[in-house]
Amino acid sequence: MAKALIRVPTEAKKGEVFEIKTLISHPMETGQRRDEMGRPIPRDIINRFVCTYNGEEVFRADLFPAIAANPFLAFFTVATESGELVFRWTDDHGNTQTETARITVV
Amino acid sequence: MLARGEKPVFDLSKPTVRLTRRQFVAATILGVTLPPTLRHAAEASPEDAAAAMKAILGDAQARVGKVTLDIPPIAENGNSVPLTVSVDSPMTLAEHVRSIHIFSEENPLPNVAHFTLGPRAGKAQVTTRIRLFKSQKIVAVAALSDGSFWSGSAEVVITLAACIEE
Repeated sequence: MAKALIRVPTEAKKGEVFEIKTLISHPMETGQRRDEMGRPIPRDIINRFVCTYNGEEVFRADLFPAIAANPFLAFFTVATESGELVFRWTDDHGNTQTETARITVV
Repeated sequence: MLARGEKPVFDLSKPTVRLTRRQFVAATILGVTLPPTLRHAAEASPEDAAAAMKAILGDAQARVGKVTLDIPPIAENGNSVPLTVSVDSPMTLAEHVRSIHIFSEENPLPNVAHFTLGPRAGKAQVTTRIRLFKSQKIVAVAALSDGSFWSGSAEVVITLAACIEE
């Protein structure tokens, strides 16, 4: 679907609060604009982002057209155990993109 | 009520302003051919933002405090304005932020983003980049685990608006 960038530390201490940064390329077409013929350009945005940590949801975002193109999200979570972080974006057509990152908790 | 055949004084279905060519040119130069309400027909109002907030709050009231918005006071480009919202909370199982909701008072739509957090978040802080149609107040409402709501706001001045470029 699109190019996604994720920044997650590869290693963290147990109980440490660490930041996750995500960016995905997407025009986030608002549905407010018109093309050169004056026809409305249909809305097409990423409306949902979910981050799970070993299967448990730790952060979710419901997005609206007021989010800038190439939506950037930075948030925090607690290092509980080694495992996998899964990031999933969903657009207006129901298409999803999933990225994963591994973290080692020491 | 109007009698049959009688013309209404103000017929909103037809343009009421008739301009001569000279007046039209003058008006175009002054940029007043359209009333402001028609130019920004899709714009939300503080009332729309209040209605969107009510959908989150229900009958509860949000107290002012605990919520901080970090946004540049002057943004050159409304297409991408960095926004960090943070809530003063220990983020423990007993006491944490459930969700944070961002509202715009002057964008075409009042909702900007809803973030769902929990004790696993560790820190109640989210950063994103938003679009702003014009200079306005941004409001954030946080729902806490004890059922209380807190709000914070910030004023932003925009020199180049989002949404209008073709």
